[in-house]
Amino acid sequence: MLNRNALKGVRVADFSWVWAGPLATLLLSFLGAEIIKIESRKRIDQTRHGSITTGDSFKDFNASPIFNNANLNKKSVTLDLSRPEGADLAKKIIAASNLVVENMRPGVMDKLGLGYPDLVKVKPDIIMLSASGFGSSGPYREYAGYAPIFAAFGGLAHLTGYEDGEPNTMSGVMDLRVGTASAFVLLAALVHHQKTGEGQYIDLSSSECVSALIGSELMQYTMNKTSPFRRGNQDSIMAPHNCYRCQGDDKWISIAVATDEEWRALCGVMGNPAWSQDERFATVYNRWVNRCELDKFISAWTINYTHYQVMTMLQNAGVAAMPSLSAEEILSDPHVKARDLINQVDHPVMGKKVVINPSWKLSETPAKIRQASPLLGEHNQEIFGGLLGMSREEIKKLEDEQIIY
Amino acid sequence: MADGPLSGVKLVEYCSFVAGPYCTKLFADLGAEVIKVETPAGDPARKRGAFLGDHPDPELAGLFLYLNTNKLGITLNLDSATGRDIFKKLIADADILVEDRAPGEMAKLGLGWDVLKQINPALIMASITPFGQDGPYRDYKAYYLNTYHASGGGYVLPAASPNAEREPIKGGGFVGECDAGVSASVGIMGALYWRTAGGTGQYLDISKQEAQMALERVNIARYYELGKNPTRYEINRVRDTLLRCRDGGYVMVVLHPEKQWTGLAEALGNPEWIKEEKFCTQKAREANFNDLRIRLREESLKYDTQELFHRVQSQGTACAPVCSAEQVFHSPQAQARGFYVEIDHPLAGKLMYPGLPYQLSKTAPRDNHGAPLLGQHNEEIYCNRLGYTKLDLVKFREAGVI
Repeated sequence: MLNRNALKGVRVADFSWVWAGPLATLLLSFLGAEIIKIESRKRIDQTRHGSITTGDSFKDFNASPIFNNANLNKKSVTLDLSRPEGADLAKKIIAASNLVVENMRPGVMDKLGLGYPDLVKVKPDIIMLSASGFGSSGPYREYAGYAPIFAAFGGLAHLTGYEDGEPNTMSGVMDLRVGTASAFVLLAALVHHQKTGEGQYIDLSSSECVSALIGSELMQYTMNKTSPFRRGNQDSIMAPHNCYRCQGDDKWISIAVATDEEWRALCGVMGNPAWSQDERFATVYNRWVNRCELDKFISAWTINYTHYQVMTMLQNAGVAAMPSLSAEEILSDPHVKARDLINQVDHPVMGKKVVINPSWKLSETPAKIRQASPLLGEHNQEIFGGLLGMSREEIKKLEDEQIIY
Repeated sequence: MADGPLSGVKLVEYCSFVAGPYCTKLFADLGAEVIKVETPAGDPARKRGAFLGDHPDPELAGLFLYLNTNKLGITLNLDSATGRDIFKKLIADADILVEDRAPGEMAKLGLGWDVLKQINPALIMASITPFGQDGPYRDYKAYYLNTYHASGGGYVLPAASPNAEREPIKGGGFVGECDAGVSASVGIMGALYWRTAGGTGQYLDISKQEAQMALERVNIARYYELGKNPTRYEINRVRDTLLRCRDGGYVMVVLHPEKQWTGLAEALGNPEWIKEEKFCTQKAREANFNDLRIRLREESLKYDTQELFHRVQSQGTACAPVCSAEQVFHSPQAQARGFYVEIDHPLAGKLMYPGLPYQLSKTAPRDNHGAPLLGQHNEEIYCNRLGYTKLDLVKFREAGVI
């Protein structure tokens, strides 16, 4: 029978933590790769530890919904990598793997004896990806970076925000952007390996990942020596192009109009009020020039309806309009439900937990959530005993010595 | 085309604007052969600035130039029967097709997955649309602004707003469109690997809304943990802290985990803050955030941006200046890593382009070339590849086929 897991047989030794690296291996796991997360009580993944939002600590490192979301489908083994015996065992896992992913500060893996030159000795065709805030070369290579740091340094924060407001680094999504780009380049290297048998080392800069997503804005400088600025929801030519307040508490509809046809349709839905026939709004260019005034008129109309009502009325007339959805609304949105985007996993400690399904629908190799995130060290027996063939006594001894820890 | 890990992979792109073209740019920049099929009117991204030297010429549009590096460009009118036949010939030889027409449009042209997989069973076809191929919003219209807000990404921006008086906003530039492109590329690459490993071709339904939602997964799931919605005026206050500097610039610092906070207090010359009860745990810092913010902002004004950046980082604590396009380009880090690469273009000439965010040790891509002029490779593809004559090309042009 045909195998229906796209990445069946691909094994990943995953040293990554927090979000960027774990998201990369999460995506590979959705596609069927086997992920062995190598972690330790001694150096606990901070998402197991506590909530960034509330400051609360999670009990026993095994009750974090945040960790659960980033580490579905994975296996967990515990190793103290700062002990030579721990690093040696990690190398044995690597020798049986195809990919290695890590996002420690540049140099840390080398110090542990787990740098790329060490790894090719045990697995000559290994593919290794190191993701760091600024990349593993250059004057800032040892500088620390978290998600908001990449957004700031990469140039996106400067472009996000109100025109009269401060720059905006967004939230943890920046890590997830880095993770998605990491998954892409890992797969490209894997495809190259499939063709040639050759492995390689990949040095990824998280800040550069962010920059690449706004490359055309960055090119404004290399072309014309000027830098673009943030401008809220505005577009460079479309108007109306904004979020407008609707009925209810903090409810908003986004409306974007590109053509005269769409403009006439919008006016029609609003009942062709006198102001809409004004010369100031008669052409694409006029609407853009007078966009602030236009926004006031449209807001005065949208406030009479719920955002979903405005969406339905405008979409039926061929005008692009979608609510600015909150998390709660997404979870109950009829389209999201129909597309089967929300899933639930059964976690041994936390019980049923809501998670987000993979965002590709593949006809032949459906991407899947197979199980909840692992408990810390849940797969020690399976990996050390099964994969590496160690005896129960050996494993017990290493546990007592806190090498498997 | 560039040489790289994906050399030998053949991809046909029938996409416009940002999401689809960014997806295939990722392949082209790693060595895949990407044939970009444009309508005779051209990709609307050609009408988007900034324009080189502020000349609004469709060959000099920054958005198009960036998104279409290393691609071959042909024009083709799929409204004509001949155009559709030519398209099928192109597909017969392709590994991957990426298209972004409204759901049902390709099928109406007789170029849906059912037809194309008969022509080429090994084909991987990906459709990138705002809301996917089914569900109640399938036929809804959405521009970047709309998909961004429909994904939940906008509702939490700008973070650290004082209240909900002002509107939620989109991410800067076309970041959400590019996100959808990267996400699609991961799924396509998985399909490519599987096909070589003994699988077949397949179809991928990619929704931009879902691709962006996938990035918001933490915030969405957090609803259950908090029992309320993450919003632009409540979430992430403690973790993300923007500080204004003496020279008017900003730096970003991080207050969590503990090591970040203690390093920051020391860098600012106030190690005694660490012991203060109201700041000594993350929970306490959250509860007393307004006090903390005032103090941090007072201290930061004593330094210039670059000075504070290096001062905080020298404590091993995360910090970065908020960079404009100019500052990203001139940063010593980007310069040392050679992040920007020079690429030549027949009309725009040699320009510096943001390059790859990953450096590959064995298969560093080389020989980059600029985005195609409209129809630049018609002769190369139609005559040299598909076997049409130059006279055929003249006829095709007269008949509005290409």
